[in-house]
Amino acid sequence: MALLEFDDVSVTYRSRGADVPAVRNVSLSVDAGESLGIAGESGCGKTTLTSTVLRMQPKTARVTGEVRLDGQNVLGLSWGKVRALRWAQASVVFQGAMHALNPVQRIGDQLAEPILLHSPKTSKAKADTKVGELLEMVGLPARRAQAYPHQLSGGQKQRVMIAMALACGPRLIVADEPTTALDVMVQAQVLDVITALVKDLGVGLVFISHDLSVLSSTCDRIAVMYAGRVVEEGPAADVFDRPKHPYAGALAGAFPRIGDTRFRYAPAGLPGDPPFPGDLPSGCPFHPRCPRVEARCSATEPELLAIGDHKTACLVAQDEAVQA
Amino acid sequence: MALLTEAGPHPSAARRSGGALSPTARYVVNRVLAAISTLVFVVLFNFFLFRVMPGDPIGLYTRGRNMDPDQIRQLRAALDKPLLQQLLEYLRNPFSQGVDSVKYHAPVWEVIGPRVGPTLLLVGTATLVATIIGVWLGIRSGWNRGGRFDKVSTSTTLVLYSMPEFWFGMIILIVFAVGIGPFPGIFPIGGLSTPGVDTSTPAGWLDVAWHLVLPVTTLAVIYLAEYSLIMRASIIEETGQDYLQTARAKGLMDRMVRKRHAVPNAMLPTMTLVFLNLGFVVGGAITIEYVFSINGLGSLTVDALSGPDVPLLQALFLLFSAAVIFANLAADLLYGYFDPRVRT
Amino acid sequence: MPEVPQGPEIEGPAPTSARAIVWTRRRTAMSAFLRRFARSRSGMFGLFILVFFVLVALTAPFFFPRTVLDVTQATGQPFSPPSLEFPLGTDDSGVSVLALVCWGARISLLVGLAATVLSMFIGTTVGISAGHYRGFGGGALDRLTDWFLVIPYLPLAIVLATVLGRSLLNIIIVIGVTSWPGTARLIRAQTLSVEGRPYLERAKALGAGNVHQMTKHVLPNVMPLVLANTTLAVSISILSETTLSFLGLGDPDNVSWGSILEQGFASGAISQGAWWYLGAPGVCVVLVVLSFNLIGRAIEEILDPRGDAH
Repeated sequence: MALLEFDDVSVTYRSRGADVPAVRNVSLSVDAGESLGIAGESGCGKTTLTSTVLRMQPKTARVTGEVRLDGQNVLGLSWGKVRALRWAQASVVFQGAMHALNPVQRIGDQLAEPILLHSPKTSKAKADTKVGELLEMVGLPARRAQAYPHQLSGGQKQRVMIAMALACGPRLIVADEPTTALDVMVQAQVLDVITALVKDLGVGLVFISHDLSVLSSTCDRIAVMYAGRVVEEGPAADVFDRPKHPYAGALAGAFPRIGDTRFRYAPAGLPGDPPFPGDLPSGCPFHPRCPRVEARCSATEPELLAIGDHKTACLVAQDEAVQA
Repeated sequence: MALLTEAGPHPSAARRSGGALSPTARYVVNRVLAAISTLVFVVLFNFFLFRVMPGDPIGLYTRGRNMDPDQIRQLRAALDKPLLQQLLEYLRNPFSQGVDSVKYHAPVWEVIGPRVGPTLLLVGTATLVATIIGVWLGIRSGWNRGGRFDKVSTSTTLVLYSMPEFWFGMIILIVFAVGIGPFPGIFPIGGLSTPGVDTSTPAGWLDVAWHLVLPVTTLAVIYLAEYSLIMRASIIEETGQDYLQTARAKGLMDRMVRKRHAVPNAMLPTMTLVFLNLGFVVGGAITIEYVFSINGLGSLTVDALSGPDVPLLQALFLLFSAAVIFANLAADLLYGYFDPRVRT
Repeated sequence: MPEVPQGPEIEGPAPTSARAIVWTRRRTAMSAFLRRFARSRSGMFGLFILVFFVLVALTAPFFFPRTVLDVTQATGQPFSPPSLEFPLGTDDSGVSVLALVCWGARISLLVGLAATVLSMFIGTTVGISAGHYRGFGGGALDRLTDWFLVIPYLPLAIVLATVLGRSLLNIIIVIGVTSWPGTARLIRAQTLSVEGRPYLERAKALGAGNVHQMTKHVLPNVMPLVLANTTLAVSISILSETTLSFLGLGDPDNVSWGSILEQGFASGAISQGAWWYLGAPGVCVVLVVLSFNLIGRAIEEILDPRGDAH
């Protein structure tokens, strides 16, 4: 049984008459100890999708399908059970840790909060010890528990968020662009922390980023999303080195690896902007920007078909695979 | 299980060389100096205002009153001295200026002294009640913004905010003290206590409390409209913040998220704004004491207007301003104490 | 000051000169704004009430000749409750309260508007200057604003009114001079944020002088905020006039809502239970102040679309 399963999940926002489909029929799964990267530009639906894991999607969103955590459909649970599983079974490292911490509370208190919430019988002393351990796990001295968020640097705050995500020993962590707002050097440090933790603790990881190169070095599998759907999915190295969907190819080319000779001649960037979810182009939503577009692309929306372990949703790529 | 050791010196170790003072001390000194400079400005303003206006300054003192020619001579002698000398004398003792209250024929300070108590009692009680209720109302409205409670309370608050407080007091007096139609008036029509009652006994206190009900209610209702609007805006400002999302993701109930995270953050700007509006509180005190015939500083001020009793007015202006200045200073210092971003 | 070069003027609807483009843009923005305002129920309600009172103020002399207010020609019984002849009852001399209230609208509204114009003018000038001029000048203005902000409003107004004496002009001056700091503070903050924008740096590089920068660039951007603030300032001015008149510091020659309340209180309307005498002018004040508050909030709602200031 998979740790996390998205089963044909669709999320639609209702706003003043029009329904905006942010996520359309997404099915993905993550096993215990496995790390899945979700890549895509802003607005592709990756954050909306993962917000359903803890049932934190906005009130105006309507979700269909099932989101199963350890076999239980989160969407169908009672509110009390949802609150109980939040943080204890799965936790989130939010994007932009700059403001994700309460500015007037000490770090230690904020770290201890979920511990005391989910195990109310824990003594203050035990909670403090645990907080110290968590901080050291992410490379911060235990005495920093006395600090306030404004006294920490961006990288340190992000590490506190990671430590906080681990506080109740969850089986799954969702990291939503945890390094996007950081400097490159700090980014590398934080990524090291995350990968080491995942390996040592055996937690499942869902890593969201728009940087495909980061995902390829951190995750086991990668899923690429565009306009609310998964358009490519497979083992990380496969998706990054041999992308089949033109969008995945463009993403891979956008973040070159220094020293890798392949990137010397790769084209940079894609024309146009990602489509607004309420106003999708006909057929394949990527066709207006696609470098390999054909006439039939504007008529039919491709299905996500598997070619071996590597799934792709592109008519042209699928034909090529069949011919090969 | 240390996976990474911390690199580099601690950020706050690289402190700017701004002298030996810690940020807290610097903040305190800054605020105290600001308060003193404002006070100096007020004192000077007070002095010059009455001297530099066109016309004979004596006219101000004697307008509409028959003054004893000796007193007039004394006044003229005082005002004829060179301006600088007058300023120095004034600075030495801004409360008396060497001239007694024109109306009461007594040193200004003696006239003001006994009136402070009733004002503090009235304003203090009203502010306390208004703060407690106003903050609660503001939190409840702002947290569920747009909900039914919010709509009703915001509309009511808006109407209250548009009312002159003294008018509200007069209507309340008519309805509850005099009686209207079939309803009898049950509250006293004014004053702080019934004549003849000894206010130092518990029975006397009850009598005072009974007399305070209407004026305190009037002031409290008007003040709480302001406070609840401020608190509501503060809470709404917090509802958009990311750290609340973190708190919810941890599994906290909505009520706990509000109480433990949103409210402490929202209280900070609220506290500041409440103190900043103290001038508004003072204004209310003046008119309400007048309407309810309470023997405090407010009614003394209105009394002094019908002269005008200039020395008394000047002294009262100075007193009110100083009170507000110091209250603002207290607010700044309290804020510095409660907001860790300022303290550390 | 360098002028933007103007293209040849062509007949027809398309604006070609820079000035024409700017004005067309402003007209479109204005009509969009008005349309959105019309959609705000509370804003329209406030506007409706305001228009009603303005009409009352303007037409008062037609319905009630000035002589009706004269106490020596009063025809009613003192302190008589509302009746057919006197829909709002009579005051302590038998004068119709309805007439008093209609005439009072003229002064209350006039003082409210005039004092606001004065205070907005001072406040905007000080605010923009304080934000624009760094260093000693701006700092001094800033300090001055702070000082005035701290001083409690009513004692200051009382002291000023005492020194100046009672007249229509003086009360306008007193209110205008005591209310500008709030506006100045707001405008200054807005000026600072506007000045941080790149196009102002470009203007400076092109040689724009201080006054040009402030009037042609900062002011138009600060204007929307000024507008929203003005309506709220008017409501404060009207409340101030009412309070000052009530305390006996207003214009002695004219009736205003505050002076009706003053007269009523002094003549013992409370102990007479004359609720109509005190109620009518007060309700008018509440309605007009409320209308300005609603309009101001509706404007703010439109200009601050995030809406999370309210």
